Amino acid sequence: MFLINCPFCGEREQSEFKAGGEAHIVRPKQPTELSDDEWAEYLFMRKNIKGIQFERWNHFHGCRKWFNMVRDTSNDQIKAVYKMGEKPPVK
Amino acid sequence: MKNKYSIFSLIKNAFSYHENWEKAWKDPEPKKEYDAIIVGGGGHGLATAYYLAKKHNMKNIAVVEKGWIGGGNTGRNTTIIRSNYLWDASAGLYDHALKIWEGLSQELNYNVMFSQRGVMNLAHNLQDVRDLKRRTHANRLNGIDAVYLNTQEVKKFCPIINTSQDIRYPVLGGTLQRRAGTARHDAVAWGYARSADEMGVDIIQNCEVKGIKRNGDTVEGIETTKGFIKTKKIGVVAAGHSSVIANMAGLKLPLESKPLQALVSEPVKPIIDTVVMSNAVHAYVSQSDKGELVIGAGTDDYVSYSQKGSHDIVEGTLNAILELYPIFSRMRMLRQWGGIVDICPDASPIISKTSIKGLYFNCGWGTGGFKATPGSGDLFAHTIANDEPHKLNAAFNINRFVSGDLVDEHGAAAVAH
Repeated sequence: MFLINCPFCGEREQSEFKAGGEAHIVRPKQPTELSDDEWAEYLFMRKNIKGIQFERWNHFHGCRKWFNMVRDTSNDQIKAVYKMGEKPPVK
Repeated sequence: MKNKYSIFSLIKNAFSYHENWEKAWKDPEPKKEYDAIIVGGGGHGLATAYYLAKKHNMKNIAVVEKGWIGGGNTGRNTTIIRSNYLWDASAGLYDHALKIWEGLSQELNYNVMFSQRGVMNLAHNLQDVRDLKRRTHANRLNGIDAVYLNTQEVKKFCPIINTSQDIRYPVLGGTLQRRAGTARHDAVAWGYARSADEMGVDIIQNCEVKGIKRNGDTVEGIETTKGFIKTKKIGVVAAGHSSVIANMAGLKLPLESKPLQALVSEPVKPIIDTVVMSNAVHAYVSQSDKGELVIGAGTDDYVSYSQKGSHDIVEGTLNAILELYPIFSRMRMLRQWGGIVDICPDASPIISKTSIKGLYFNCGWGTGGFKATPGSGDLFAHTIANDEPHKLNAAFNINRFVSGDLVDEHGAAAVAH
């Protein structure tokens, strides 16, 4: 368990949030043009990084807004939190 | 040839105060080259090596393990074994494993303490009742024993369950697989290790894989903390770290690694002689031979390799346990731990070749891999030896995420995810 600094509400317990998986997976611009391999890549394949990972979170039991997070998955330390649409902070 | 374990060897060794038992497996340094290398010395990896040596006559093989054998998820699970899955492909896979479990102690000359004490899955709402009845019928069509129990029959089978209708999630019924049960998880790893070692398999501990060497689309060997080892075939059975190994080979897998927690209570006298699982309230419990209640919790919903989980997950599980078993209200919990499980989008495993020649993956077992250990090892060994899947694991190939032919066991298999 850890604390998360929601960009809208401030620091809250992790149990108030839901993890939304890997961030910055862009929805295909022309879905009808996609091959099966490209669909599989978009829908299912994940980096699943051990180390610094960019991910989406939702303050589900709070403001219910989505935001992004940079987190070290090997020790659950949060490196940065930033809003949707913002560029990820450069490491 | 190793000395056979028996009542006579036990008596003989008692005279020397059990100080002269033969080592169950050697601790060799890696050779320069092997015909096949298994990455990961858990139950699945050791079983794979054992069946490669036994059924496919490959003797020059090694198992490399970054820690000690059985120190990962093999020693962290809640030891439940069952095969009552919904879909035909899953039923074939898990019942294959269950049939091997039934004769495993004799085959390995190692008591894995397999106990067919039955597994009961509870229904707490109308949809649960419908789902469990449907699964019971599907199981029986696949030749897997399953019965549906009403509330009174549940109470009769496990009298300590609170079947009062005025609790938050009342027990409306349940299913029972009598052939299901538990086994001693460490013994499974040790038994397979001992037998594999006897057939010449090198079990190399404290040897972490750092890279996979490729020549174009063919593997050439692995870089490890004990140097480079040459091989033509690599079978990866690295559970939560599968994506890390895949990344070394330039592959991406459809996996997310998450912490799954379990806990045990202080030991008490026998009180529950079966395994009871509840999907809806997310709690399952059995009792070990030492007398501890073995309680399984759920996964956290974020990716993590930290082998810790969130406290609120444990709290939720214990809330459910206490409502279902008020008799446990004064029990104290002794230990809690987490393991990292690799979960596929369809909650079914991958036992498959990859786009790289000589590289095979056995992963994605998620929250329920222990039960499949012998079957998984057998089928993965077949896949590695023949470079083709066995018919029982053909459906569990990696291309199903491209073709869309998924084996969707999420929620359908009475699995507590």
